[in-house]
Amino acid sequence: MNETPTQVVEQRIGPAETPSVYEVLLDVGKQSVYKVQEYAKLSLRSLTNLASAPRYGQDTIAQMDDIGVGSLPIVLLSGFFIGAVMVLQTGAQFERFGQSSLTGDVVSLALVRELGPSITGLLVAGRCASGIASELGSMQVTEQVDAMRAMGTDPSRKLVSPRVLASLLTVPLLTTISVFVGLIGGMVASVFSLRLNAFTFWQRAIAILHVSDLMQGLSKSVVYGFILATVGCYHGLNVRGGTQGVGRATTQAVVVSSVMIIVADTFLTKLALFLADKLF
Amino acid sequence: MAVAPSSSNALLQSSDEAVIQFEDVRIGFAEGEVLRDLSFTARLRETLILLGETGTGKTLTLKLAAGLMRPDSGNVQVLGKQISTLQEHDLLEFRRQVGFVFQEGALFDSLTVGENVAYRLTEDAVAEEEIESRVREVLKFVELEHTMDMLPSELSGGMRRRVSIARALVNHPPIVLYDSPTAGLDPITSQTIITLILRLRDVYGVTALLATHRLQDGFALANFLFDPATRKVQRVTPGSSDSAAMTRFLVLKDGKVYFEGSPEEILHSKDPYLQRFLI
Repeated sequence: MNETPTQVVEQRIGPAETPSVYEVLLDVGKQSVYKVQEYAKLSLRSLTNLASAPRYGQDTIAQMDDIGVGSLPIVLLSGFFIGAVMVLQTGAQFERFGQSSLTGDVVSLALVRELGPSITGLLVAGRCASGIASELGSMQVTEQVDAMRAMGTDPSRKLVSPRVLASLLTVPLLTTISVFVGLIGGMVASVFSLRLNAFTFWQRAIAILHVSDLMQGLSKSVVYGFILATVGCYHGLNVRGGTQGVGRATTQAVVVSSVMIIVADTFLTKLALFLADKLF
Repeated sequence: MAVAPSSSNALLQSSDEAVIQFEDVRIGFAEGEVLRDLSFTARLRETLILLGETGTGKTLTLKLAAGLMRPDSGNVQVLGKQISTLQEHDLLEFRRQVGFVFQEGALFDSLTVGENVAYRLTEDAVAEEEIESRVREVLKFVELEHTMDMLPSELSGGMRRRVSIARALVNHPPIVLYDSPTAGLDPITSQTIITLILRLRDVYGVTALLATHRLQDGFALANFLFDPATRKVQRVTPGSSDSAAMTRFLVLKDGKVYFEGSPEEILHSKDPYLQRFLI
C-alpha cells in the first residue's frame, strides 16, 4: 500500500530549527535503508507472487517478446563484434609468443564466463530497465497504477512479476545467443586477421569449456535479468513529480541496474570460482 | 436500463445504515498534516458532496475510503469493514465493491475503451460473451457505445471521464467515489457528467462520495432526479424523500469538517467561508 503511516513517518516535517549535519546524515541514511528495504520487499514479492494465482501468462509472454525478441538485434550485433575484437586484441599478444592458436581458448572462456553475460546484462539493462521504469512511471503519474489497485488488482502481480519472470527467462537465452554469435565473430576475425583455421578455432573454443564455465555464465545472466527487471519496476513504481520524475526514474533505473550488475559480477565470479573448485 | 443489484447492496437493507464511516481520521505527509480528526458518515444511497478548496484533502478522503491509503490514526469503516486495518490482500477483494472515478479518468492508455471497461470482468475471468454484453450495456449507459474500439487518446476529456464512469460501474458496485469528475471541463460537458452521475444514483441506487470544488455540481444533484420510467431528468418536488433529497454537503477546511448539512443549509448560511463557494 502506498504512503502508509510507517512509510511517511520519516518524511514528516521536523522541528523548525535548522537540522545539524548529524541529523541530515542520519536522515539520508534512514532514507537509503528505507529504499533498500522497499526494493527488497518488491523483489521478494515479485517471486513469491509466482507461487500463487492469479498469474498473468499473457502479460509474461508479451514481456518476453519485448525484452527477449526486442533486444535480440543489439545483442546479436554487439555479441558478434565483441567476439571479433577479443580475437584482435588477444591474438596480437599470442602471436608474439607464437601461440595464436590459443586465441580460441581465451575468447571462448572470456565470452562464456564473463563478457557474454555481462555485456548482455548491461545492454538489456540499458534498453529494458529504462523502458520498464518509464512505462510504469508513466502509469504511476497518470494514476493508472492507482486505478488498477482501485479495481482490485495487485500491481506487483500484474506489472512486476510478469516482467521479472520474462527477464529471468529471456536474459539467459539472450546471453547464450550472444556467446554463440561472439564465437562466430571471433572465428571470422581469427580467420581473416590471424590466418587461423576456422575448424581449429572452433574446436579449441569448445574443448576448453567445462560445465562449471557454462554454469557460471548462465547463473550470472539469471541474476542480471532479475536485477534489471526489479530495478526498473522499483524505480517506475516509485516515481514522484510528474513527467520530470519519469525521466529521473528512467535514468536512475539504468544507472542503478548497470552498477548493480557490475558489482554483482564481482561477487558472483568469486562465488562461481569457489564452487567450481569444490564441486567440479 | 435493468438494475442489477450487487450482493453488497442486497446486504444493506436499512437506509440508516452507515455505508462509509470516518472516525477521527488523521493523515499527513512531508508538507504537514492534511486531515485532522476527520469524522463523517455516509448512509445507504446517500450522495455526500465533499466540497473544499484545492489541497483540503478531498482526493485523500476518497483514497482512504477506497482503501488506497491508510490513515495515520483513526478508523475508516466501509460496507461494515474496518478497512484501515485490513491487509493488502483483503483490501484488493474489498476494492472490487467500490467504483472509483479518477479526476483525469486514469484509463489504461494502451487498452481500447472496451478493454478498459472490461478490465475488472476480465480479471474475474467472466465469460467473454458476458463481458461483451456488459461492456456494451455500460457504454450505452454513458452513451459511448460507438467508442468501444477506440483508444483513450482518441477521446475528448469529457468522453474519457464518461468511460471512467462506465469502467467504475461495470460490476455494479454499491459505492462509487468520484474525484472531481467535472474539473477542467466546459459547462456543457460538466452538465453531461453530472446528469450521468444523477442517472447512476437513481437507476443503480449507489452510495456516493463526490469530491468537487464546484458548488453547482452538488446543487444539480440535490435539485434534480432521473426518472427511470420516463427516462427524463426532473426537478425535485420540495419536501420529497427521494434520492435527490439524500444529497448532503460536507465542506472541508484545514483538514476537518467545516460544515455538514443540506443544500438549503449551505445556501442560506451566513458564514463568510461558505459564502465564498456561493459566489
